[in-house]
Amino acid sequence: MTPTARRLANTAVSGLTFAAALLVVCPLLLIFGFLVYQGLSAINVDFFLHLPKPVGEPGGGVANAIVGSGIMIGLAVAVGLPMGILGGVYLAESRDRRLPWVLRFVADVMNGVPSIVFGIFAYTVVVIPMRRFSALAGGLALGLILIPIVLRTTEEMVRLVPSALREAGLGLGLPEWKVSLRIVIPAARAGIITGVMVAVARISGETAPLLFTALGNRFWHQGLDQPIAALPLQIYAYAIAPYEDWHRQAWAGALVLITLVFLASLAARLATRGRIVAR
Amino acid sequence: MKKKWPLLAVLLLAVATLGRLAPADAQMLMNGAGATFPYPIYSKWFEEYIKIDPEVRFNYQSIGSGGGIRQITERTVDFGASDGPMTDDQLKKAPAELFHIPTVMGAVVATYNLPGNPQLSFTGEVLADIFLGKITKWNDDRIKALNTSASLPEQPIVVVHRSDGSGTTYIWVDYLCKISPEWDKQVGRGTSVKWPVGLGGKGNEGVAGQVKNAPGSLGYVELAYAITNKLPAARIKNPAGKFVEPTIESTTAAAAGAAKSMPADFRVSLTNAPGPDAYPIASFTWLLVYKDQPNESKGKALVRFLWWAIHDGQKHPAALLYAPLPGSVVKEIEAKIKLITFSGKPLLAAQ
Amino acid sequence: MAPDSIAGAGTADRLSLPPRAISRGRVALGDRIYRACVLASVWLVLVLAAGLVTALAWESWGAIRAFGLRFLVTSHWDPVAGEFGALPFIYGTLLSSLLALLIAVPLSLGAAIFLAELAPAWIRPPVAFLIEMLAAVPSVVYGLWGIFVLVPFLRDWVQPALGRTLGFLPLFQGPPYGIGMLAAGLILAIMVVPYITSVSREVLLAVPGSQREAALGLGATRWETTRIAVLRYGRSGLIGAILLGLGRALGETMAVTMVIGNRPEIAASLFAPGYTMASVLANEFTEATSDLYVAALVEIGLLLLLITILVNGLARLLVWSVSGPARGGRG
Repeated sequence: MTPTARRLANTAVSGLTFAAALLVVCPLLLIFGFLVYQGLSAINVDFFLHLPKPVGEPGGGVANAIVGSGIMIGLAVAVGLPMGILGGVYLAESRDRRLPWVLRFVADVMNGVPSIVFGIFAYTVVVIPMRRFSALAGGLALGLILIPIVLRTTEEMVRLVPSALREAGLGLGLPEWKVSLRIVIPAARAGIITGVMVAVARISGETAPLLFTALGNRFWHQGLDQPIAALPLQIYAYAIAPYEDWHRQAWAGALVLITLVFLASLAARLATRGRIVAR
Repeated sequence: MKKKWPLLAVLLLAVATLGRLAPADAQMLMNGAGATFPYPIYSKWFEEYIKIDPEVRFNYQSIGSGGGIRQITERTVDFGASDGPMTDDQLKKAPAELFHIPTVMGAVVATYNLPGNPQLSFTGEVLADIFLGKITKWNDDRIKALNTSASLPEQPIVVVHRSDGSGTTYIWVDYLCKISPEWDKQVGRGTSVKWPVGLGGKGNEGVAGQVKNAPGSLGYVELAYAITNKLPAARIKNPAGKFVEPTIESTTAAAAGAAKSMPADFRVSLTNAPGPDAYPIASFTWLLVYKDQPNESKGKALVRFLWWAIHDGQKHPAALLYAPLPGSVVKEIEAKIKLITFSGKPLLAAQ
Repeated sequence: MAPDSIAGAGTADRLSLPPRAISRGRVALGDRIYRACVLASVWLVLVLAAGLVTALAWESWGAIRAFGLRFLVTSHWDPVAGEFGALPFIYGTLLSSLLALLIAVPLSLGAAIFLAELAPAWIRPPVAFLIEMLAAVPSVVYGLWGIFVLVPFLRDWVQPALGRTLGFLPLFQGPPYGIGMLAAGLILAIMVVPYITSVSREVLLAVPGSQREAALGLGATRWETTRIAVLRYGRSGLIGAILLGLGRALGETMAVTMVIGNRPEIAASLFAPGYTMASVLANEFTEATSDLYVAALVEIGLLLLLITILVNGLARLLVWSVSGPARGGRG
């Protein structure tokens, strides 16, 4: 290609990618705008501090749902994070032939399973034996959704850490496990955090798996082995009702959900800020 | 990595403490699940009932009528709720005898979107044929015959039904089955059926949204959704020959009309009910409770609540666009509640 | 010298030994514990997955026995009569996911390239953040936004325009309901974009600067640098990102079911209503009461799992045949 043609191609592609980025951000702004327009009027201090109230009564809130979601996400992360990260590191570092291939495939497939199926599984395995709905079951279902996302993104990020880093560590006499935990994972840290936050964002919005596991609770939870409220459940219940008042609270709830995830993501990045390697 | 372990430990500690911590006093928690339709009125009742009995908290969640039936059968909840009565097979599968306690009533209305928003009237036969796909245009002769003063366009009817299984659907198709032998044979009744024509909207709000936004649509929704969405509701011809508008009063009238022939277990269909002012597409919604309660204090709380619900509780449904129970039926339900026992002893008599 | 303290036990002799030959003492124990933990994690994940498949197969056995292979090729879905055939759902899932990826992948990759390579530094973090936040929007909110905003837009503007211009193709024929396969594909695309974009962006950012510098040093334009050095290097990561998005598309329930029309029929046109496997599961599972009905629904869940396996397998085969077994990141 002539130099002019190459320069033209460059400009064209720059323009196209800019357009793509714009198009990608567009729906976000539209949805945000929709939520703000519909729901902002319902957000006040009560909304964050109080329990839900029946239709038409002022002062209702989603405090228990926020706490409930937080608890179940915490459970899911506690269960799923170690498995996901260790699994991802294994996939990236292992020299075996078959086991990594199987695990990778299984993770990709698990990513495609509808979340309601995980809910059904957690129902069969936790709710039925315990004879009650619980936060534990909900946390398990969410954790199952989280694991494959974290696993695959961790693998890809660790894989991209240049071997030079690993070899340098080994060359200095560090044992393999120290090289992995102290050098390789921190080098891939930013990418891993993105994967984790994408997974957390995903599970914080999930409704279907919680229907059969956490059930939902109009009041404060009374233990991890009892039904518990969750923001998406409350949003869903309000959104499908016929009343304008509840619709506004549904949109407000969605706004609050997205904002909280946003803040959590920010906090995660700030907490794990460090020297960024390989950029 | 140094920073990660303390963070994780703090996280686990937080989860553990929050898990133990109950910001409210530990009252007795009763859990129930089931139909979506009565969720608003139940949440109102349970909120009001805290003032009557501060020691109990009733937690109700809507997971669908089928879900309610399954959960009460599995005993993962203290009570269930359903818009459609349990079948004999389902009752047999339950580990013990289950009671159906009617609580409020609802009506399913035919709603539509036409220019000028005319008030239309239909007969059951015409509705059945529209949903069978035999009547396809708004200006069909049979529709025109029922609505001589309305100007009906030469537009195809876009039928909208429910895609998700639902008690609302059950009530609708139950009515169509009674009216149209062809519908009964070809489609039948259930919470989910094989619809001959039409689009499926998810939930009442999905159907309401579709009808509201698409001219030429015809769908069915619960009365409350038609009212709050400002959608027109068609008048339907009842067995007494009158074209009745769906209102709270005409819904209650349907149960009053059927009170004389009410079966002892209240598992009755109220569609096409007798009575001059009865709206023909109405139904009870039921709470499902075990005749013999497994836990004494929970059982006592439950029967006290049920008693309250069918008496003082009936003040609240109308404001939320549900129809209260007629007095004649309340008497019969009272007798039923008195039969609920713990270890053989009736719970209510202990009042 | 430093190696003494790193190795843990210090004799000068250690410096002359290759590190791997240290096979006793604390160091070997650390390695063994680490490997044991990692393998335990791996096996735990596999056991959970196996448990999932077993539970699904168990619950759906009644339907498998009743319908056999007929389930896969018949279109009759009648809960009242107890007749179940899953073909329309399979078709709907595949078509809607394909449509979603066709729209989402070019947009996501383009946006990721823009954010990683071409955008001014001040724009990158906020926009990247915003896109990640799209992933947090609850599915039901997407669905309701779809009903109130997207569907009317399609019905009143997009579909009539498409019908007028491209109506000779069977893809764009039929009355413009708004609701239908096109709406489902679009909503899925919007939902899938944040995953592909975020992960792709991280992949591109992780490509070492040396690769870019090498290309630039040879006189490549920005785009050529990106194409030759960065994209090729991060290819497996990008494929992984796309597969993540595909997984989401295949399994998405709430949003799709609100805009797809939920009609179990196979139609050529994108304007027609359709039905996906995940949607029918979400729609009917909570209300299904007869054993056969529940088993049929769980079998659909199992089928979805199998289709995900198949699609993933095909995708990997495709990648392997194009790029060979070598993967970026190790060179």
